[in-house]
Amino acid sequence: MRTLGVLAFLAVALVVSAAAGILIGAVAIGPGDVLAALFGSNDVSGTIIRELRLPRVLGAALVGGSLATAGALLQGLLRNPLADPFVTGTSAGATLAAVAAIVLGLAAPLVPLAAFAGALVTVTLVWRLARLGGGTTVLTVLLAGVVLTSFAGAVVTFLLVSSDRLALQLRAVLGWLQGGVSVISWPELGVAAIVVALGLIFALVLAHRVDAYAFGEETAATLGVDPDRTTTAVLGATALLSGAAVALAGLVGFVGLVIPHALRFVIGATHRRLVPASFLAGAAALVLADLGARTVIAPAELPIGAITGLIGAPFFLALLVRSRRIVV
Amino acid sequence: MTTLAATAVTAAYSARVVLRECSFGMSSGEVVAIVGPNGAGKSTLLRVLAGLLLPTAGSVALDGVDLATFSRATLARRIAVVPQIFDTLFPFTVREVVALGRTARLGPFGRAAPDDVAAVDRAIDDLDLRALASRRIDRLSGGERQRAVLAMALAQEADVLLLDEPTVHLDPGHQLATLELIRELATRRQLAVCAVLHDLNLASAFGSRIVAIADGRIVREGTPIDVLDAELVQAVFGEGLEVVARDGHPGVFPRVPKMVSRP
Repeated sequence: MRTLGVLAFLAVALVVSAAAGILIGAVAIGPGDVLAALFGSNDVSGTIIRELRLPRVLGAALVGGSLATAGALLQGLLRNPLADPFVTGTSAGATLAAVAAIVLGLAAPLVPLAAFAGALVTVTLVWRLARLGGGTTVLTVLLAGVVLTSFAGAVVTFLLVSSDRLALQLRAVLGWLQGGVSVISWPELGVAAIVVALGLIFALVLAHRVDAYAFGEETAATLGVDPDRTTTAVLGATALLSGAAVALAGLVGFVGLVIPHALRFVIGATHRRLVPASFLAGAAALVLADLGARTVIAPAELPIGAITGLIGAPFFLALLVRSRRIVV
Repeated sequence: MTTLAATAVTAAYSARVVLRECSFGMSSGEVVAIVGPNGAGKSTLLRVLAGLLLPTAGSVALDGVDLATFSRATLARRIAVVPQIFDTLFPFTVREVVALGRTARLGPFGRAAPDDVAAVDRAIDDLDLRALASRRIDRLSGGERQRAVLAMALAQEADVLLLDEPTVHLDPGHQLATLELIRELATRRQLAVCAVLHDLNLASAFGSRIVAIADGRIVREGTPIDVLDAELVQAVFGEGLEVVARDGHPGVFPRVPKMVSRP
């Protein structure tokens, strides 16, 4: 009952934030205009809503939802509350692959696929490194993330400087690296929505098996989970979700870390509840963060990654201090 | 009646051979204690019995069927393992931890059937955890957490229960209570129980049979009085130990030095 209550509350919060995200902005728009726009009115506010605000809000929701869900899965799999696509370097790997795809001149719909592949390679690498660390994976995962992120960053810089194709759109790529949902087109949204839906379904199906990892992979096996298959599937779902998020918005940090962690205190650690709650809360949080990003210093815009970083980094630090007391 | 039998099991971690041609069996209602010095291969034997490590030669059979032919999910319904690690950074409640025992039987999307709820309730009652059921496991004492994890294994409703050093983090009072409980459960639920025990006296008091391992080989197997005699204890565990039998149970004590020389 309590779970349903929390989920209902989060769903309402998401709808309210989305409404705020559509209504509030540089040009004032009334609810009537929104309805008119949805039914195809062609005046200025209709265009603003259909081509700017709506894709932007939906994009932010998809990005936040998938990052938070991926974070919940990763934390459960690695038994580590300090894991998410950003700190493990998974997002950086996806970014590298996406930038490489642009440099190679691949068609736009292939960019999310490249991001997925990059995320999959990186998250698998992180998982293997964490396994070397045995039972205590917290620091190993963080160190692996630092190394992979700086490596991917170095290669991206190299590509940016050396590629003519990228130099032409340097500003767009830089904005993307800082995390942004300002320029999202409908076709991009469509592809991402399919990938996210796939990842979310995987996550929901796998959730109760992720619970079994609470006392480690071997105990998961004795509880009846095939560890190789389940781990591969969870890593795959994580890569789908973080790949889609990166393809839409580039590097957006800490959403995947903060949201599942905070939710555990409200609805508990069971992933069957944590996964859907993380998706809803992550989506609402990023819609609000984006609203903040374009209103706090209006008419200028902050990259959304700056907002999540401002809030997320101190939170992360506090968590690190707390978890150091228990296990490293 | 369930039997779990190892036949000439040899097991290795990559090239390092840890178990050599170990054979022994256990059946419902028994509590078998595995004893041996550090690094003798006790935990490895338990991992082989659980199907977590496949033998390089020989086989382990559950009711005559080779463990290697079972899927993890099928095995989880027959063999439950109490892990040695039971700390988590996540706020699972005791009930949620016990419910993990049902993982292999849950429906799609982790839906629990009435059977699952009943098994969890029964395990919680058996381990007297009702008052703690909604408490967070990461806030319990070591003994309470041990009980929760034991209940998780019971909720699997398996026929075989394997335990790796179930008393290692407990004080003597809780060690005794835990082993009494395990023994009582073995009788009541007709479980075949096998536990790795470091403490020879606890093994002597609670094992209906003892398997002694040294250097990866089973050196002797039988009732406590047959296995734990002075000859074996001194050969396997060290010259400085003495065996004193009391009420038909051997007890092992350090030999008290007559003269302590101090530099």
